Amino acid sequence: MTGPQGHPALTTEAVAARLKGRYRSERRFRLACLAAVVLALSFLAALFASIVGKGHSAFRQTHVALDIHFDAETIDPTGERDPETLASANYNTLVRAALSELFPGVTSRSEKRQLYGLISGGAAFDLQDMVMADPSILGETRRLWLLSSDDADMLVKGHIPRDVPEAERRVSDFEIGWLDALDDRGRVERRFNTRFFTSGDSREPEMAGIWGAAKGSLYTMLVTLLLSFPLGVATAVYLEEFAPRNRITDLIEVNINNLAAVPSIVFGLLGLAVFLNFFHMPRSAPLVGGLVLSLMTLPRIIIPARAALTAVPPSIREAAYGLGASPMQVIFHHVLPLALPGILTGTILGMSQALGESAPLLMIGMVAFIVDVPQGIVDPSTVLPVQIYLWADSAERAFVEKTSAAIIVLLGFLILMNLGAVILRRRAERSW
Amino acid sequence: MNTLLLIAVLLALSAAGFELGRRRALGLVGHPKELRSLPGYYGSWILLWCLVPSVLALAGWIALEGSLVDTWVIRSLPQEIRELPEARLGLFLNDAKNLATGNIVSREVDDLLQTTADRYTSLRAAGRLARTGLVLLLTAGGALIGYRRISLRFDAMARVETAFKTILMIGSTIAIFTTVGIVLSLLFEAIRFFQAVPITEFLFGLGWSPQTALRTDQVGSSGSFGAVPLFAGTLLISAIAMTVAVPVGLLAAIYLSEYATRRVRTIAKPLLEILAGVPTVVYGFFAALTVAPLVRNFGAELGLSVSSESALVAGGVMGIMIIPFVSSISDDVITAVPQGLREASYGLGATQSETIRRVVFPAALPGIVGGILLAVSRAIGETMIVVMAAGLSANLTANPLEAVTTVTVQIVTLLVGDLEFDSPKTLSAFALGLMLFVVTLTLNVIALRVVRKYREQYE
Repeated sequence: MTGPQGHPALTTEAVAARLKGRYRSERRFRLACLAAVVLALSFLAALFASIVGKGHSAFRQTHVALDIHFDAETIDPTGERDPETLASANYNTLVRAALSELFPGVTSRSEKRQLYGLISGGAAFDLQDMVMADPSILGETRRLWLLSSDDADMLVKGHIPRDVPEAERRVSDFEIGWLDALDDRGRVERRFNTRFFTSGDSREPEMAGIWGAAKGSLYTMLVTLLLSFPLGVATAVYLEEFAPRNRITDLIEVNINNLAAVPSIVFGLLGLAVFLNFFHMPRSAPLVGGLVLSLMTLPRIIIPARAALTAVPPSIREAAYGLGASPMQVIFHHVLPLALPGILTGTILGMSQALGESAPLLMIGMVAFIVDVPQGIVDPSTVLPVQIYLWADSAERAFVEKTSAAIIVLLGFLILMNLGAVILRRRAERSW
Repeated sequence: MNTLLLIAVLLALSAAGFELGRRRALGLVGHPKELRSLPGYYGSWILLWCLVPSVLALAGWIALEGSLVDTWVIRSLPQEIRELPEARLGLFLNDAKNLATGNIVSREVDDLLQTTADRYTSLRAAGRLARTGLVLLLTAGGALIGYRRISLRFDAMARVETAFKTILMIGSTIAIFTTVGIVLSLLFEAIRFFQAVPITEFLFGLGWSPQTALRTDQVGSSGSFGAVPLFAGTLLISAIAMTVAVPVGLLAAIYLSEYATRRVRTIAKPLLEILAGVPTVVYGFFAALTVAPLVRNFGAELGLSVSSESALVAGGVMGIMIIPFVSSISDDVITAVPQGLREASYGLGATQSETIRRVVFPAALPGIVGGILLAVSRAIGETMIVVMAAGLSANLTANPLEAVTTVTVQIVTLLVGDLEFDSPKTLSAFALGLMLFVVTLTLNVIALRVVRKYREQYE
């Protein structure tokens, strides 16, 4: 006797055995699916752990306490306290004098150079600022916490291994000895790295900061928002509320859908060919960056905005028309306010993508090494993601932690924006 | 005046114009009801007159200023500099501009460069002043014109509504202009490239080394612009990315839509979406500094020599980036499969996994395929991960442990830095861009078709 499809007769035992097998495969499948979720989430965890693990130490920078004697003879030989003399004086001499005083035994030229190399060149600028702000400290001696060089910082943070042969590490045995001696006297400390948040880029890792890039990002985002939000909402309103069904409208719709999927680098090529070569707009400017990014962001605003407008029930429009409202009044007084949370959610998400975007900006020259903090939308500048790219390419070990720290800051902004979008979306989810 | 400040002033003035219009209308009559339109419409009328002409003028100014200033500066230069080839002249102007803005200059600063830079500075300053004057004049003039048109008989509402509708319509055409701009700019430069290098060589040539073209005696020399290694490298990396993203993304989507409890779903889904929100430059950094050394050391322990810029690392990390993309589309598609199909299958005694594999998955397949096509187009166009983690030299190999380069990497390396716009080296980037655009566009069109077809099936 055979069952359907030629199977042998199904006895109770056979069914039970097969059932067992089927349940096993059910469990296996379910486990595989669960494993996929766990795997994806562990990728996320690995990514964040690696970034935070590499970057958290950058928020504290090694400082060394030195007794700086503000020698009036060296700084201001004329004694007139003339700001120009004060500005052009060599403040490195003060740092060197203080170091030599601490380590009188160091006499040879090359050793001296290594010793002076423990302190960053930026320390002299700090001293200069102090004197410029208050010339009366000339002649005094003060104990100051000065910025150490990046190599000393890396050693203190343990990123340069001490147990490898001297020739294979960037720090000599002498330098290690001096630093340890300073440390024993309580003169080495890790202090909060304010410079990282207040200064522009620098070739010296210990002096490099993200403020220049952050401000460039701010200007670029401002231009992007000013252009893409009004245009995006206008397009969405026109297409949803007014546009007649014809070929032009269809063409616009197809275009928007395709633009949303064009690789971002192609927008960079467009910006290079049109804005820079054709219109001769300034290279590396947030204005051009903003223009390029707004073209890229537009479809990402339009598509959710249209969805938000469609979600407003027709009865609202009909009721408004019934009360004698004009088409514009219906839209601006009733439909748009109701759709606004949804539109804003899309806008925030679009902007957060634009904030993390770097490929198109490489094309329009926002990769230049720029020390100055930009003051306007036509000043040369860079943006946070591109700064990350630039630092990631740098050879110095200390830039690894700077890069990770900049990533932490960027991710912080993105998470804030996305949280905002999530909260708005909650408010937008409204059943009619 | 600073551009942003000018815009702020412009907006403030327009707001004042709005109030002016409203008051003017109210001043004409004893009671608002006697007006033909609501008072706000008279305000909007003046607002439009303030904003539209001045915004158009400002946009035009910003667009044209660069080329006008350049023309003027060139006119003032001595004969011998003006007759330089376009590229060298451009370099000179660039240096002058850099000097004027206090940037790094690539040549020694002589008198001529200094005067040119000074000329830039003065022309820019004059331009800013003129721009501010023009914009403010147009704002005030617009306000005046609008103000004088307001009368008792004036139907502000009809005018304002028509104007708004026109503005909305014009705004919506920007998408078309963008596409046209992309196509034209890519085509224009690509055609110039194909005049120097035959298109067949570009598409079928096996050797890619654009650097050799820098030497003047070798411009457009044969054999250096064959893009096949780039296409192969792009395909290899995308394939690796998809082998990571498709199984993980798909299974995760199945778990989240079929098995997970509500609570797990509400936590896990946003977490997965974070992966999609992480900027690609971060993935690039992760790939180059964390994953690449790990893979290399692991390979060394197995006795394999893994390149530090292996396709495996770049593709694998790209795959991680694409997981949420695959999973969210698959999730949507799987949820859209009618519940009735599942219930019928359960009713016949199938287990949940049998239902998923034999009923839900086949039903959702077209949508999933569409989603995967979209993900492939994303992988092909992805730039930062490969720029940071993949190689620069064009190897024609299928070995994932070796370094390969991609189309996007080459575009970036060719176009970053000082450019000469008449060398095939620079122009080749646009030809590559055109290829990229055409391929991703085709993939997208097919994918959207497939997804739409599928959706219609169940609606």
